[in-house]
Amino acid sequence: MSLPTPRVLVVGAGPAGLAAAAALVRRGVGGVTLIDREPEPGGIARFCPHPTFGLADALRPMRGPAWVRRLARAAVPADLRLGTSVTAIRDDGSVLLSDRDGETECTPGHILLATGIREMPRAARLVSGDRPLNVLTTGALQRLVAAGGGLPFRRPVVVGSELVAFSAALTLRTNGAVPVAMIEAAARITARRPAELLTRRLLGIPVLCGHRLTAIRAQADDASRVRCVVVVGPDGTPREIACDAVIFTGRFVPEASLLADLASAEPPGQRLVDRASGGPAIDQAWRLARQGMFAAGNVLRPVETAGWAAAEGAAAGLAIADEIAGTLAPAMRRVPLLAADPVRLVTPSVIAVPGPLPGRLQMCLRMSRPALGHLTLAADGRVFWRSARFRALPERRLRLTRDLPDLADVGTLTAGFEET
Amino acid sequence: MQHSRTESAASEREEAVPASNRRADSRYDVAVIGAGVVGCAVARSFAVRGWRVLVLEKAADILEGASKGNSALLHTGYDEPEGSEELRILRDGFALYRRIHARMNLPLIETGALVVAWSKAERARLEAIRDLAHRNGTSDARILERDELRAREPRLSQDAMGAVLVPGEAVIDPWSAPLAYLSQAIGHGAELQRGAGVIRAERSDGGWRLDTSSGSYRSRIVVNCAGLFGDHVEALRGVEPGFAIRPRKGQFIVFDKPAGRLVSSIVLKVPNERTKGVLLAPTVFGNLLLGPTAEDQEDRSLAGTDEAMLRAIREDGERMLPDLAGQTVTACFAGLRPATEHRDYVLKADPAGWITVGGIRSTGLSASLGLGEWAATQGGRLLGDERPAPPDDELDWPEMPALSAQARRPYQLPRRGPIVCHCEWVTAPEVTAALGGAVPAGTLGGLKRRTRVMLGRCQGFGCAGEIARLAPHLMPPPARTDAAE
Repeated sequence: MSLPTPRVLVVGAGPAGLAAAAALVRRGVGGVTLIDREPEPGGIARFCPHPTFGLADALRPMRGPAWVRRLARAAVPADLRLGTSVTAIRDDGSVLLSDRDGETECTPGHILLATGIREMPRAARLVSGDRPLNVLTTGALQRLVAAGGGLPFRRPVVVGSELVAFSAALTLRTNGAVPVAMIEAAARITARRPAELLTRRLLGIPVLCGHRLTAIRAQADDASRVRCVVVVGPDGTPREIACDAVIFTGRFVPEASLLADLASAEPPGQRLVDRASGGPAIDQAWRLARQGMFAAGNVLRPVETAGWAAAEGAAAGLAIADEIAGTLAPAMRRVPLLAADPVRLVTPSVIAVPGPLPGRLQMCLRMSRPALGHLTLAADGRVFWRSARFRALPERRLRLTRDLPDLADVGTLTAGFEET
Repeated sequence: MQHSRTESAASEREEAVPASNRRADSRYDVAVIGAGVVGCAVARSFAVRGWRVLVLEKAADILEGASKGNSALLHTGYDEPEGSEELRILRDGFALYRRIHARMNLPLIETGALVVAWSKAERARLEAIRDLAHRNGTSDARILERDELRAREPRLSQDAMGAVLVPGEAVIDPWSAPLAYLSQAIGHGAELQRGAGVIRAERSDGGWRLDTSSGSYRSRIVVNCAGLFGDHVEALRGVEPGFAIRPRKGQFIVFDKPAGRLVSSIVLKVPNERTKGVLLAPTVFGNLLLGPTAEDQEDRSLAGTDEAMLRAIREDGERMLPDLAGQTVTACFAGLRPATEHRDYVLKADPAGWITVGGIRSTGLSASLGLGEWAATQGGRLLGDERPAPPDDELDWPEMPALSAQARRPYQLPRRGPIVCHCEWVTAPEVTAALGGAVPAGTLGGLKRRTRVMLGRCQGFGCAGEIARLAPHLMPPPARTDAAE
């Protein structure tokens, strides 16, 4: 590969990576290389034909492919290399890249990880039963549709009710398959109400909340075909739902396997991977505990909207530009920001001191279960902020912008929840 | 796959069957029933000796039965019953794999195995395990005390009290190996018929006529390598099989590659009366394998997984290796072992020209090459010509694709073509190659086993579309109309 060592290597040309490259270019940073393993930029959004994109930045509803084309245009002056994969990031900051010409090595000044997420497939969910074909994720479904040739099933069951489940349902309906049911283990669906109404009223799909998928069964005469799924409802009785495919949606996992190869035994605050989110452990300026490494977008945690991921990418791009310009305060100390149950995760998971962005801090949080009470922030166990009382739901994206106290003598910050 | 044919192989085959041994009505010398790991190895041993071999497989691809899911270990036989046929043949197979694997580019990761004691009672049994290993010819087996064990495997739980180290135990690729054996057989003239389940076997003019779901075939002798259906095939010729297959299911969890570095050895338990228990083993692909369970069942085809069982073995694994907690699961699978009511293999050579290789349960991968040699020796007697295998240098050696994490893979080489599967780094030309060659992939599972596509952590999230483009004929068939109502 004839890749001149880039000043900034952006890994992943989805919404976050494209927006980061555009921000760097706008700030006049040269030597920005944006790579993606796929033959086209845009990430998962390019497989989403529904007009739910662009409201935040383009101020109009756009379909996924059109919206990512718009992002890609803004990133144009960056060196975009498609069909290119990072196969390893080494301890010394060097990067192994593979493209059509083979594997090469470079050591960029800055790396932004914007590698996004993947859905949790059947195997990782340990779902019981036979192993027929036509058991797939939304991602695989959308790629099958994009590959052409039609769907090899007609009556799938959709597992999960995050927004992506409705994207799957739309994809199925527009390709001649009628979902026989949408199964959600929780008592209510994950996506907000309009999506549920859409599903029930427009798509006519029965939504079974409080139902757990316990097994997949194959046809007796053909082990490669799905016969039914077994679900257990609130009354505890198992029953079969006849279907010919199972689509597992959501339960997103950060695609952070590149970091797994780097040292992982560091103490909290120095870790590269946040154990709560499974994504890179970043501070408020999108930095990992390794010189020159940044991360943004949905690789940080499961999962925000594509528009939010793009906004994060743009902010991370500006942080990198600041660091190159020498205006980003170096992190002298990294104070862990921990999530205490029932708070499941919080990003950033580290606060750098002295802070490059003093004062107001924007956080994304998730709950592990429903809870009624007050969200709290504590420094070394001492609560310094408490929210108004509210019902926090595990399926909701919680965002919080707060002023932080002086952290000079603080060892650990904690985001917690007081149930009342 | 490439063949490096030595010039002598073809001509030798012509000369190898003396005219006096040929019978006009028996097209093949040997019909091998079943293309599992045993059938593939048996075909190899006959074919390299110049016999005309036909392999009959009922499934659409090879390795679709018991050979589909196993622990991928190359076993020394250190703990097998003394004096058993299983031990003798296993040791032959072990030695033969080590002798020939490099010629076919097959991996061998010499991890060694540790039989770890987790209690004082288990610790007290280590000497007996070592002594049996010594009597079984594994003379380098030795006991590691607690500190030595900790130094070798620092991530194992502190509860480990010591272990027997068996240095010769190794990890191999359970799919490339039998594919290589069969490819070598085909290089020596063997023929493979898939979708050919044997439904009738009759004596016919000094040989056998085998009626299958896709036609009839004649052969001078038959080798029954039908695995999970071995007793059924045995009964086709109208005799008491003398054994009954009792399928035993083993469920496994495959952890993602970061977990592959948590142990460097195969970690085994001290067996109890009932079971050998679960093992932890690095795989040649860089993952960590945990399993198997041992569950008796009736069904010979369906091997389902069970969430409660998988959670139980996962907990067991985390007790042995605490860092396993939080590791990503890449895949779960279940395999069926063709156990019988007998402790030993069922090996018979009937003068009527019928050889039985049955009840090859958990050691089949390790023993297969030895079983092939045993069958070919018996077969030579039945065919009236006890010919030895030619020297290795005179054989045709297929070169298998580099799939092991320790090999230099195509994605690392110039002009590689686009990557299709980004979890396992599989390139499009590798997929195309697996769709051709000596044994083209006949099922989607077969394509996965040949190339690793869709076997990584995303299980097709990223590559399903590209695989559908490259191999449309292996994708699920169109929906049934009854399902569309």
